[in-house]
Amino acid sequence: MEISLAHYLALAAILFGIGMFGVLTRRNAVGILMSIELMFNAVNINLVAFNRFVTPADFTGQIFSIFVIVAAAAEATVGLAIVLLIYRNFRDIFVDNINLMKW
Amino acid sequence: MREFSWIIPLLPLLSFLVILFFTRENRKLSSAISIGAIALGFIYAIGLLIRQLGDNSEFEMRFAWAVFPTMSLEVGILIDSLTTMMLVVVTTVSMLVQIYSLGYMHGDPRFSRYFAYLSLFTFSMLGLVLANNFFLVFIFWELVGLTSYLLIGFWFEKKSASDAGKKAFITTRIGDLGFIVGILLLSIYAGTLNYREVFAQAAGGVIPTAALSLAGVFIFCGAVGKSAQFPLHVWLPDAMEGPTPVSALIHAATMVAAGVYLVARSMAIYAAAPTAGMVVACIGIITALLAASIALVQNDIKRILAYSTVSQLGYMIMALGLGSFTAGTLHLMTHAFFKALLFLCAGSVIHAVHTQDIQFMGGLRGKMKITFWAMFIAALSIAGIPPLSGFWSKDEIVTATMGHPVFMVLTLLVAFMTAFYMFRLIFLTFFGAPRDQQAYDHAHESPRSMTTPLQILMVLSICAGWVAIPWLKEGYSMFVYFHEPEATQPHYLIMLVSSVVALSGIGLAYLMYYKRSISADALAAKFKPLYTTLYNKWYFDEIYDRVIIKPVLALTSGLWIFDNGVIDWVVNFFGKFTIWVSGVKQWFDVHIVDGAVNGLGYTVWSFGALIRQVQTGRVQLYGFFIVFGIVVMLLIKVV
Repeated sequence: MEISLAHYLALAAILFGIGMFGVLTRRNAVGILMSIELMFNAVNINLVAFNRFVTPADFTGQIFSIFVIVAAAAEATVGLAIVLLIYRNFRDIFVDNINLMKW
Repeated sequence: MREFSWIIPLLPLLSFLVILFFTRENRKLSSAISIGAIALGFIYAIGLLIRQLGDNSEFEMRFAWAVFPTMSLEVGILIDSLTTMMLVVVTTVSMLVQIYSLGYMHGDPRFSRYFAYLSLFTFSMLGLVLANNFFLVFIFWELVGLTSYLLIGFWFEKKSASDAGKKAFITTRIGDLGFIVGILLLSIYAGTLNYREVFAQAAGGVIPTAALSLAGVFIFCGAVGKSAQFPLHVWLPDAMEGPTPVSALIHAATMVAAGVYLVARSMAIYAAAPTAGMVVACIGIITALLAASIALVQNDIKRILAYSTVSQLGYMIMALGLGSFTAGTLHLMTHAFFKALLFLCAGSVIHAVHTQDIQFMGGLRGKMKITFWAMFIAALSIAGIPPLSGFWSKDEIVTATMGHPVFMVLTLLVAFMTAFYMFRLIFLTFFGAPRDQQAYDHAHESPRSMTTPLQILMVLSICAGWVAIPWLKEGYSMFVYFHEPEATQPHYLIMLVSSVVALSGIGLAYLMYYKRSISADALAAKFKPLYTTLYNKWYFDEIYDRVIIKPVLALTSGLWIFDNGVIDWVVNFFGKFTIWVSGVKQWFDVHIVDGAVNGLGYTVWSFGALIRQVQTGRVQLYGFFIVFGIVVMLLIKVV
């Protein structure tokens, strides 16, 4: 069986769904960050797959995904820093307990 | 030289302002400024007189002040022989009186202010004399009225003085109302208020005679008020409440002569409207007679002189009314000098004995030599004894009555009474035994600053009339005249008669008050009703009180009740009604308008309270909402 675009998209969708489930359900802020990374990667798979099957002549999909990876790395840095500060202030990184933005 | 004659009134005005604003604390400096200003004015006025004697032409400077389509109000000066004569008289008397005041007002707490007022008066009077139109003259006319009020009430702590000030102001204002009407009539019929233009029209017959007569009589009303003519003469005797130098300057020599000056200035009107002239003459002789008769029996030294002033002003007015410009103005000049002298002497006497009642004087001749001689000369002069100045001017006036036998007889009668009351005053004050030993012991001659003006005025009282000696080729009548200069002819009979009349008046006074061979008390008892009437000044004040003041007061109190009861009630009702209406409006505002706004706010607030429950602050819930939303949208798309 040849691996088609649909397989890649299905994999990406499953990855994205797992990532989103993690973001919505994990109580640990670090877990949420990791789930976000999963969603990023699902998107990257999509980008590369579309590049391979739709416009194989140029590399726009690959280059874009590299940008996404860079942005994700930066985001992870900032996110971890925020988590660190939250931990210092609250002695806690469970997001349910951090409701500063309420009302 | 004549172009700059506005400097003469300007100097006292400056002095007034400087004293009032800067030097009031410094008494010496204030009086020096005031006297210096008037002295400069005096020198300039003398210069002007000499200039005018050389070339007796009219000089006029005029500037439009307020221009209206139909006519324009102007300011300007008019200089002719009458103006220069008046300038010299006013500045001379003002200067001497101010010097005299140095001594008389010495120690007064408002010394500087007194000099400021005197300066303001001098400014107004000089402006009045220099003005070239009826409008401007009216302004200065009111200004002299104001200063007169200020100076009569100068010792306003005394109720009688402040009352007298008010009386003078209000009484003269009544006359001024007529003056305004006269000015308005002239402006309607002549279309201008400039003296020369109005008089040219009057002489040319452009203005209807009836209107001219009416205007003349109304303008004369102003003179009646200011010159204290019957029936508005009542204020002048009361004005004696002011300081005596003020009485001398304002209420004897200059301001009261303003009315005479005005009539003289308006001579062209009275010449063109003989009826108005006759009214003027009649008022004049009535005043002269009335005032002289009152002066016969008064005991207050200043009041005698005040009534004498009224009487002499009546003389001048009568002469002018009979058309003798020269006689009226000549008597104005000579009278200014000898009457100022009489008042200043009276002031000197009052200063010495601290009473104004001649019944408590007597025998002062030895103690006050200069004052006695000055007053004696002045009395001779006013009585009309040759060759003093009063004789020549009185002679001119008697000559003016030739052709009017009634006027002539009455004039001579007044002359007789004048001589009598003046020498009654002299004999009671200076001769005989002292009737109040304490006052007599206290009496002393006044200081030099007071006696020097007396001596100067004494010389003027003797000589000022000599300019009108009928034998002179270039006499007064060739200088100050109306229309044509006329050389006066000596009337030996009139001279003789008036001298005899004056001498017999003095003689009667001598018999009654010096020799005591005729008892004054017995005469008074014999003619008791007449005596009481005269003593009470013909009951003028009482009549005015009964006929005018009381009804006016009753009317005002009636109006007060109306005002209080009706008008105030209506006003109060509307006030209360408005308050009630505002109460209703307030309730509406608080409950309805504010309620609507608050209700809206509450609604929004409670809705917000409901909605904000969604905002839990839990990021994951928000994420769930986003995903839920996307899923719903996708489902909608699919379905």
